[in-house]
Amino acid sequence: MTQRDRDTPLPVPTAESRPYWDGLRAHRLVLQRCAACKRPRHYPRPMCAVCFSLDHEWFAASGRGLVHSWTVCHHAFHRGFTSETPYVLVTVDLADGVRMLAPLAEPDASRLSVGRPVILDYQDVNDDITLPRFRIHE
Amino acid sequence: MTTLRDTAAVTGVGETRYTRGTEKSALRLTLEASLAAILDAGLTPSDIDGIVAYASGAVVAEDLLTNFGSDDFRFSATTPMGGASAVAALQCAAMAVSTGVATHVLVPLGRDGYSGARINRRVGQMRQFRVVSEFEAPVGANAPAQYYAPMARRHMELYGTTSEQFAEVALTMRRHAGLNDNALMRTPITVADHQASRMIADPFRLLDCCLESDGGAAVVVSGAERAADMPQPPIVLSGMGVGHPDSPSAITQRPDMTRLGLAKAAPRVFEMADVTHDDIDVAEIYDCFTYTVICQLEDLGFCAKGEGGAFVEEGRIGLGGALPTNTHGGLLSQAHVAGLNHVVELVRQLRGDTGARQVDGAEVGLVTGYGDLGDGSIAIMRRQ
Repeated sequence: MTQRDRDTPLPVPTAESRPYWDGLRAHRLVLQRCAACKRPRHYPRPMCAVCFSLDHEWFAASGRGLVHSWTVCHHAFHRGFTSETPYVLVTVDLADGVRMLAPLAEPDASRLSVGRPVILDYQDVNDDITLPRFRIHE
Repeated sequence: MTTLRDTAAVTGVGETRYTRGTEKSALRLTLEASLAAILDAGLTPSDIDGIVAYASGAVVAEDLLTNFGSDDFRFSATTPMGGASAVAALQCAAMAVSTGVATHVLVPLGRDGYSGARINRRVGQMRQFRVVSEFEAPVGANAPAQYYAPMARRHMELYGTTSEQFAEVALTMRRHAGLNDNALMRTPITVADHQASRMIADPFRLLDCCLESDGGAAVVVSGAERAADMPQPPIVLSGMGVGHPDSPSAITQRPDMTRLGLAKAAPRVFEMADVTHDDIDVAEIYDCFTYTVICQLEDLGFCAKGEGGAFVEEGRIGLGGALPTNTHGGLLSQAHVAGLNHVVELVRQLRGDTGARQVDGAEVGLVTGYGDLGDGSIAIMRRQ
C-alpha cells in the first residue's frame, strides 16, 4: 500500500456502493447489474431504469475500454490536487457496458484520441480506499 | 386543453450594481434587487404574495417576507436546477399567477459569489451532486469546468469544433459588455488574448469561463390581464419549459454527452409559443462556458448538432448579426447572477430600454438556463 501525500476528497462507501469500492480495494473491477434483465449500470443505484427491478447483482468486469473523452486539469479546484496538476481525467466506454471517469496514468493527453484502447489500473490511497485509473493499452 | 401561453407577463425587473468585492450579504443584495423590480412594476413589497426563491442560494422566501411586511403571502416554491433555476422559475411563477394561486410572484436571486462562498467551491456540498461527489470528486473532478470540459472535448473531436470558435463567443460577450455600464468586464479582447489566457481544464481557458461576482437581480411575474393595467409595457411569457438530460446526475454516464436537457424542452416551447427560429430577434443564452453557448444553439435548433462552432462565426451572434446573443455581456463578461440577469436583459430588450446595445425592433426573444450537469430551461417572450 502506498500512502498518498495529499489531502483529497475520499469516497464514503454506502450500502449501495460498498461492493464496488471493496472490489477496487482488492484490485478487481466489480460492477452492478440488474438481476432480472442483466443490464449493467454505473454508478451503483437501487433500481433498473429499464425493467424497474429492485434486485441487483455484482459481476467481475474486464476493465478494458475505449476513450470516449477527456480533460487536462491545469487548475486545481481542490487544494489536495494542486501538486498533481496537470493531470488528465479520461472518460472511458468500458467493454463491460458502462462508462468510468478516472485519471490517466500519464501527465498529458498527447497520446489520447477518441476510441484509443485503455485498461483499468489501481491506485491505493490508504488501507481502506483504492481509486481507479487508466493506462493506455499498448 | 389549457395552456400557459400568454397567460402571464414579466411586469417588473431590477438589478443591483454588479461588483467583485462587497460587504453586503446575499440577503441585502437580494432585497435591493427585489425592491427595484417591485417599484419598477408599480407595486410595493407587501403586494408580493408569491416567491420562487433560488434553490441553490442562501436566501429563502421567509427572509424576504420578514422584510416585506407581507400579511397574506400565498405561494412559495423553488425550482432546483442550478443555473437553469431562474428561467424555470418563470414557468413556476406563471403557473401560480395564471391559476389565481397568487397575484404577483417575485423571482429574486442575490449572491455574494465573489466575496462569500465562491461559486466553484460549493458544488460538492449540494445534494444533486451526491453521485459525482462519491465517484468523481475523489479522482479529481471537483468543479464545473472539470465536469463540462469532457463534453466540449468530445464535441471538438466529433465535429471539428475549435478553440478559436469558443473565442468568438467570449469576444462577442465582451464587446456587448462594453456597451453596458453595469458589466464587470468591459475591456475588449481578441482571439489572441483568448488563446493566450491560461488553461483551466482543457479545452477551457480562463476566457472560456464565466465570472464570479457579487450582486442581485429580480423580476416580478403577474397575470397577463392585470399586466395590461400596470405601468410597464407587458412582456408576455409565450412559451416556457424545462428539460433534464439523460443520466441527469452524472455526465460520465450520459449516452450523448453533447446533448443537453434543453434539447428536449426547446421543441415543446417553440410549439407552445407558436414562433419559429426566424422570429427570434434576440437571445440570452446561459453562458457558464463559451462551449455551453455553442451546444445550446444546436439544442435549441438554430443549427444542427455539430454546426454550432461555425454558427457563432462571422458575427452571427453579435449585435447587428442574425441572432444577437447575450446583449448585456452574459455570465462571461457582465456578471454571474445564475442567469437571472439574462431574464432582466431580455425584458429590457423587448421594452426597448437598453440604449446603445438595443436590438432594433426587438419584439420576440428567448432566454435559456443551464445547470446541475445539464438541466435546461427556456422561455420565449414577446412584447404585446
